[in-house]
Amino acid sequence: MSVKRDSFSVSITVGAYGSAFGAAAVAADFSVLQACLLSLLLFSGASQFAVVGVIAAGGTPLSAIATSTLLGTRNGLYGLRLAPILKLRGWKRIVAAQITIDESTGVALAQNSENEMRKGFWYTGFGVYLFWNLFTLAGALGAQAIGNPSAWGLDAAVPAAFLGLLWPRLSDRKSWVLAALAIVLALTLTPFVPAGIPIISCTLLAIIIGWRK
Amino acid sequence: MNAFWIAVIGSSALAFAIKVLGASVPESVLSHPRILRINNLVPVALLTALVAVNTFADKTKLVIDNRALGMAAAIVLLIAKAPFPVVVLGAALTSALAYRYF
Repeated sequence: MSVKRDSFSVSITVGAYGSAFGAAAVAADFSVLQACLLSLLLFSGASQFAVVGVIAAGGTPLSAIATSTLLGTRNGLYGLRLAPILKLRGWKRIVAAQITIDESTGVALAQNSENEMRKGFWYTGFGVYLFWNLFTLAGALGAQAIGNPSAWGLDAAVPAAFLGLLWPRLSDRKSWVLAALAIVLALTLTPFVPAGIPIISCTLLAIIIGWRK
Repeated sequence: MNAFWIAVIGSSALAFAIKVLGASVPESVLSHPRILRINNLVPVALLTALVAVNTFADKTKLVIDNRALGMAAAIVLLIAKAPFPVVVLGAALTSALAYRYF
């Protein structure tokens, strides 16, 4: 498959998820502008949903920022992996950093030559950026048009989006065990600590389980 | 500045800082296998916790309501390999129906 076609199909499919994000953000009482700024500036799906999800669950802005940032650390490691391939300096490195996400990294690393890798990175990064932002706007406006989704009982959309993001990551026994423990810990803590803390606490489980091979 | 703006600006600034940092530091610093393993597991832990809390928590109370039924639909759709937007929409519609009729 050609790198252009790979990049385009990933961009349009992933970009379409942006509509779910836009709608979820507005459902959690973010404004259309705030939803769009998250897609333009934060630009990392799981982290964006986390900001919205933590606030929707009644968490403080600080726990929203912490959860989103912990989810975003992997982008830093992608950047690390890509730097020797992209070989960039100055402002190009800054632009590349902003579009370093799951998809651009995934498509890049799936290519066979360094030249194709660079193409895959840029095409997919810009492609997802474009469609993700367009669909965010569409989803946010759509949700605004139907009013408050909670009043309709549509509020399973947010956890379903998280589940959709989680699903492909449940690839081995270790991650299933971790997921089961995270459910138990998060729900056990919920009645006793401020909203948001039960979510962040689960980072500890990842550290404990990931410590040993 | 309200909570929403703090969350939007704070998370965006830190996300960008991490991306730039990753593109700028020497590879050897963070490529320890243990760091990489933990890094792969952190999203699993956080996303699962977000699923659980957004399904069963109402502020600091645990409840089973229309959202749980919506999530059951989401799981069925995921097992049937439905695409992401279908999963989200299916869950939302199921929970709306449950909300309307129970």
